[in-house]
Amino acid sequence: MLTKRIIPCLDIKDGRTVKGVNFVNIRDAGDPVELGTLYAQQGADELVFLDISATNEQRKTFASLVRDIARHINIPFTVGGGISSVADVAPLLEAGADKVSINSAAVRNPNLIDELSRAFGAQCIVLAIDARKIDNLWTVHTHGGKNPTDKKLFSWAKEAQERGAGEILFTSMDHDGTKSGFANDPLGKLYEMLQIPVIASGGAGTKEHFIDAFVLGKADAALAASIFHFGEVKIPELKSFLKSKEINVRMN
Amino acid sequence: MKFVIIKYNAGNIQSVSFALERLGIDFTITDNAEEIMKADKVLFPGVGEASTTMAYLRDKKLDQVITNLKQPVLGICLGMQLMCKYSEENNTDCMGIFGESVKLFIPKDNLKVPHMGWNNLTLSSGWLDPAIENQFAYFVHSYYVPVNSYTSAITEYINPFSAAMHKDNFYAVQFHPEKSAKTGELVLKSFLKV
Repeated sequence: MLTKRIIPCLDIKDGRTVKGVNFVNIRDAGDPVELGTLYAQQGADELVFLDISATNEQRKTFASLVRDIARHINIPFTVGGGISSVADVAPLLEAGADKVSINSAAVRNPNLIDELSRAFGAQCIVLAIDARKIDNLWTVHTHGGKNPTDKKLFSWAKEAQERGAGEILFTSMDHDGTKSGFANDPLGKLYEMLQIPVIASGGAGTKEHFIDAFVLGKADAALAASIFHFGEVKIPELKSFLKSKEINVRMN
Repeated sequence: MKFVIIKYNAGNIQSVSFALERLGIDFTITDNAEEIMKADKVLFPGVGEASTTMAYLRDKKLDQVITNLKQPVLGICLGMQLMCKYSEENNTDCMGIFGESVKLFIPKDNLKVPHMGWNNLTLSSGWLDPAIENQFAYFVHSYYVPVNSYTSAITEYINPFSAAMHKDNFYAVQFHPEKSAKTGELVLKSFLKV
């Protein structure tokens, strides 16, 4: 039976992980390869590496980091951050990434989804959507949540599927950082209307929140960052807990 | 031992070579027929679309080279599908090492296509390490090979299908051992031992 996936997310700036990382059993919390390897050993099902470097120059070095990640990590991983063309994606996949995630550039130019999907296959195109509720409408934001757009979550997710996205990574900005649980209502609605997998993101605080995302939100996967980095929720314990609650997860 | 990865436009060559590197295996990546024929073991990776990939292999005459190999050959993902007789993906005639036809998953009971993620393996025969029984492997595919007399592991998604096969010197897996953590390493080690 296909399992629900647990996905730690690492933000990378100038080749180093950012946001605090609080591990005792890791020598260098800033090294994305070492942290990713640790998560893989702990039973993470996939990893996401987001490059938040400010300049294009720094982004160019990202492909060599991706190669280093692929060399050491034996589970699938997605990379993203600032991708806006077929030419941006090719070196990342050639370096060993399994999927790429796109966000702002796809909002600006929705054709990018079609182009990437045709060039590399739908299975490696993850459309990331950051949205928050404004006047009761889930409004899509770009540039790390800074800029509101005209697009609405549900119609944009549907359009992305039709254009050839292989997965939707939905981050609720209203839940992100609150540790009060995932946005299960819109997740459930995305499940009803889409045929492609949905990754829940934003709001993870406890192990129970993952149960809710999978049962109420019907998400295919759940992504989190700080609770894993700070060890508030440990992946092996999370997976044992999910299994005890009859959620189908991969145990290793 | 001389280990060769067949070089063609497959998307996962880098990941496969890193996986072999992690196991400490020396290998060459080549599309040179003589070099492939001289190898002790051959790995045939694959991520992509069936018809364009078959056309490329025919153009380079690699389809004949692979079909006539006598040493152990491991096909991965699309590699396994191309070793079959025919694929529904753009009505493609394939190499025919296995006499089976590759079929498109028809979505059922909210099960999405492609089949993407970790799923468990039930071993039915032979070459795979028994420790792999009921362990999880990483799959990404929309087409599958039905269970047949050459099936050596079964996975269930929409319907039971061949997760691994074996016939004579030809071995194949539908999942990605290069991305399947410890289980994937056991699969590659199993192939090293055949």
